Order: sequence, then structure tokens, then C-alpha cells
Amino acid sequence: MRHFFTILAHEVRMLLVSPSTYVAAVAFLAVMGFIFTNILEKYSTAPQDLSPASVFFSVYFLPVIFMVPLLTMKCLAEERRLGTIETLLTTPVTTAEVVLGKYGAAYLLYLAFWASTSGLFFILKRFAGDPRLIDSGPILGGYLFIAVSGLLFISIGVFTSALSRNQAVAGLICTTILILIIFGGRYLGSVSWLDRESLAPIKDAVAYGQISQHFLDFTRGVVDTRELLFYLSGTVLFLIFSILSVEAKLLHS
Amino acid sequence: MPETPAQPAIEVSHLVKSYAGVMAVNDISFTVPRGEIIGFLGPNGAGKSTTMRILTGYLPATSGQVSICGFRVAEEPDSVKRRVGYMPENNPLPEDMRVSEYLYFRGRLKEVPRRKLGSRIDEVLELCDLKRVRHKIIGKLSKGFRQRVGIAESVLAEPPVIIMDEPTIGLDPHQILIVRDLIASLRGRMTVLISSHILPEIEMTCDRVLIINQGRIVAQGTPSELRREVLGQSAYEIEAAGPLGSLPFVLGSIVPGLSVASEGPADEMGFRKIRLKTVGDEESGEAILRACQSEGLRVRALSRSRPTLEDVFLAATRRSWDAVAEEPRDGGRS
Repeated sequence: MRHFFTILAHEVRMLLVSPSTYVAAVAFLAVMGFIFTNILEKYSTAPQDLSPASVFFSVYFLPVIFMVPLLTMKCLAEERRLGTIETLLTTPVTTAEVVLGKYGAAYLLYLAFWASTSGLFFILKRFAGDPRLIDSGPILGGYLFIAVSGLLFISIGVFTSALSRNQAVAGLICTTILILIIFGGRYLGSVSWLDRESLAPIKDAVAYGQISQHFLDFTRGVVDTRELLFYLSGTVLFLIFSILSVEAKLLHS
Repeated sequence: MPETPAQPAIEVSHLVKSYAGVMAVNDISFTVPRGEIIGFLGPNGAGKSTTMRILTGYLPATSGQVSICGFRVAEEPDSVKRRVGYMPENNPLPEDMRVSEYLYFRGRLKEVPRRKLGSRIDEVLELCDLKRVRHKIIGKLSKGFRQRVGIAESVLAEPPVIIMDEPTIGLDPHQILIVRDLIASLRGRMTVLISSHILPEIEMTCDRVLIINQGRIVAQGTPSELRREVLGQSAYEIEAAGPLGSLPFVLGSIVPGLSVASEGPADEMGFRKIRLKTVGDEESGEAILRACQSEGLRVRALSRSRPTLEDVFLAATRRSWDAVAEEPRDGGRS
């Protein structure tokens, strides 16, 4: 694993010197700031049931669906397109180290983007003067949910990037999978044909994989180990798929 | 696994690689001793790049055995990768890194100790004449510089074996010269396997040449051995005037196997260009001159046309294509 840190450090460095990272960060903050302002405007007109943090984090799927593909689509597809994967894999580096290094860098960047939104809460706390608006529970729960679910989302992005040498294709597949797992679970949880008794195990499995339900649990302060396991096992699964995909492409290239 | 100097740098036996039913490499065997520069020749799609990729452990072989410095590629890929510096076809480089940054990153990946890496990077920058561009971004370098960055990268960790796939492709003659000198400077210290389309290149830098076609080795040896073996003849061109009728008989009696290949028309002064060919590789210019004088011919010029590696290459690949009724070649262009 000694090369993991070499690759991770290299990837993080390349992200930090790349202008596109900063453009993406600014765009991300602009969108999130816009959403946050809207929420606050609603709060200023009428009292609400939930704390602003819960509402703010409930739109987590927007940045996930748009940012995750953008952050990850490059990582393996670009290497394959330029052919640098060949020079990379002819050094004493394993495929797992390459995939994990790139995954780690993308995940750290994802966390850094979300961490920057804490500035919004800071501004609110500094200038609102109303302690009821800042409820630390949902904020911590929200960030924890972002960090844990990000593991899975980024691993999906890395996997799709390993599928194609075309970044656009990788990004599109990633968006599709993310929409499927975020909204597909919600849809399957509501359809009536799954209510039949013979399909009860499937119904249970769908309920277990409800990402929007996980989100609600986290912001309420319920950290269920089954949910953590869901994200961790999903992450491991997609990372293994990514490694296998990179190696399979070599076998059949 | 023991690593003794006696073990050849590269050992390939009965290597086969097929892609989806197509034989890219078909039962290739060769051995490269340490310190030798070996050229890999072949038309497009002959299996050069595939063989090189298998040697580096990047692609798995379908069957057969490949060892680098005594390490089997299939069984100990890590040990092999530590001993090979590889520059792939088209020399892929990251566009957005500086030269020194790139070399540092590659050095770390190749397990060069951090303490030694700085001075080693300086050394290879010096060796490849890259000092001026060390802080430039690779994407903005000219092709010649990029190619040298690739070479610098492949020699960075001082591997005993260096494999370069077409290192001189797309360079201008001046840059080719620089790259050639660079490769030649590695002779004796490292084993170098290079593939190329540019035949004079190979001829000037390489100790030995392997010609492959359709996944098979069709000829191997030093350039001069190949000339003898593949063409088996050398040619002379003579410009002479006088009674030419008896020349073939006289020549045949002086030098066994010498015969007239073609005879040109006489120019206004009565001189004709005559091509002669011999079976062997021995020098027979003097004998020819003497024969002409004794026959009363006036000789204006005599030259020996040396077949180039190009002729050897064409002859060898054509031979392997089983060309129907190959006509006897007249020794080739000079």
C-alpha cells in the first residue's frame, strides 16, 4: 500500500493546481448559497417545523447528481484515453492502489466542497442572532450523512469512469446510476405491486436501501450501523468492480 | 529468485498471444544478453507492441514463457516491473504537469529512495538535455522534448532493462540524432530493446536486430549477418566500354558465382552500366577490375552497392508472406 499514498498525494496535488477545481468549487458554493438563501427567506416569512439545516441537507441529491460525475468522470477515463494508464501500470503499482488512490483524492475533494458549505452556517450564526436557527444536531447529522453516503457515490463515479475511455459517457452513466439509486429506491418503496406477501423480502430489501430514509435518520441523530454497513459494503463492491473493470480492459484490450 | 549476471536480460520462449482468435504473436522465442541494444523491426501489426507489452507485464500472454533478468513475468510481475523501464508507443504523458514534477512522481512510483531521487532527476535531466525545460508544463513542450521526457522517465530508476516502443517516431532528423546518441550512451550499462520503423536508426544503434512479421520472427542477427543470411548476395555496379560479349564467362571463371545481373544501354561515349552480383559476401572488386583490364575493357567506375537493412527487411518480410514466385533480387539499392 506504499504507492497508495504516492498516488493519493499526486492526485490531490493535481486537483489543487487545476483551475477547474476552483471553478467547480465556486459554482458549487454559488448553487448551495442560492438554495440556502431561499431557505432562509422562507424562514423569515413564516415559522417552520424543521431546522434550516435539515431542509438544506435534504437537497443533498442535487449536488450529488451533478457534482459527483464531474469530480470522478475524469479519474480513470482520462488515464485510459491518454494512454498514461500503461505507464502507470508498468511501474510496481497494483491496480488496486491506482483505483484507491484516485478514489481517495476524489472523495477528499468531495468532502472539501461540502465542508465549504459550513461557511453558510457560520454566517447564519454570526448574523442571525437567533439561536433557534442553529441546531447543531441536524447539522452534524447532515454532514455525517454527506460523508458516509459520499463514500458510495464517489465509488460509483470511479466505477463508471473505469467503464469508458470517454469522460462524457462515464459521466452520463454515473448520473444515471445515481438517479436510479436515489430516486429508484423511493419509487420502489411506494409502488403497490410490491405489497404482495410473496414479495415481502424484496420490499424489506428496498426499505433497507432507501437513501432518503437514511438521510432522515441521520439528521434526526439516528446513526444505524445497518445503514453504515449499507454504504460501506456498497463502496467496497463498487471499488472491487472498478479494479476488476480496469483489469478486464487490459485482458481484452 | 537468484539474480546472477549470467542470466540473460530478456528471455522469451514460445510466446503466443491471441486477441479474440487473432494471433498477434505466434510462437516467438529469443534471448537478449545483458548490455545489448536490440532492435525490433516489423511492419505495422506484426506484433511488436504486443510483445513489448507482454515483456513489461502490462498484458498477459496466452501461452509461453517470458523472463526478465531471471524473473518470470507471469509469476513475479512486481520484480519484473522494478527492473524494466518502459516507454510505450506514442509516449503518453500527462499534459498538465511540469517536467520535474512528473519525474519526481514517477521516481516515487518506481521506488527510487526519496533521498536519492533529487540528484537522480538532475542526472537524467542532464543526460537527456532537458535542464532548460525542467519547470515547463509537459503539454506545452515540443514533440522532441516530450520524447526525451519519456526517455528520461524510462531510465530514471536505472533499470537493467529498457523497452522503448518507437522512440524516434515523429521526430525531425536532428532530434532523431539526439535520441540515437542517447540510446547509444546506454550501451553496456543497460539492455535496451527498441522498436522502430526507421531502419537506418536501428542499423546505427543496435547490436542485433530481430525482424518479426505476422507474429513470427522471420530473421535475427547483427545487421551484417542479416544481409548475408537473408539476401545472400552482394552487388557491384560497373561502368565500362568495349567488347562486353565475353565478360560473363571471364567473370564466372575468376570469381565463382559472379554473374551479370543486368546491362544498361550504352551512352554517347559507349559506356554501359552493368550490374554484377555475387553469391558470397567477399570483397571481389579487385578481381573484377583485373578481369575487365585483361579483356581490354575501359572501366570508368566501379562501386559496390551495399544492401541496406531496408532490403533485408523487405526481403525477410516478403519471404514470410510466402510471396508467390519471388523473383531473384539484384542486391538492392545502394
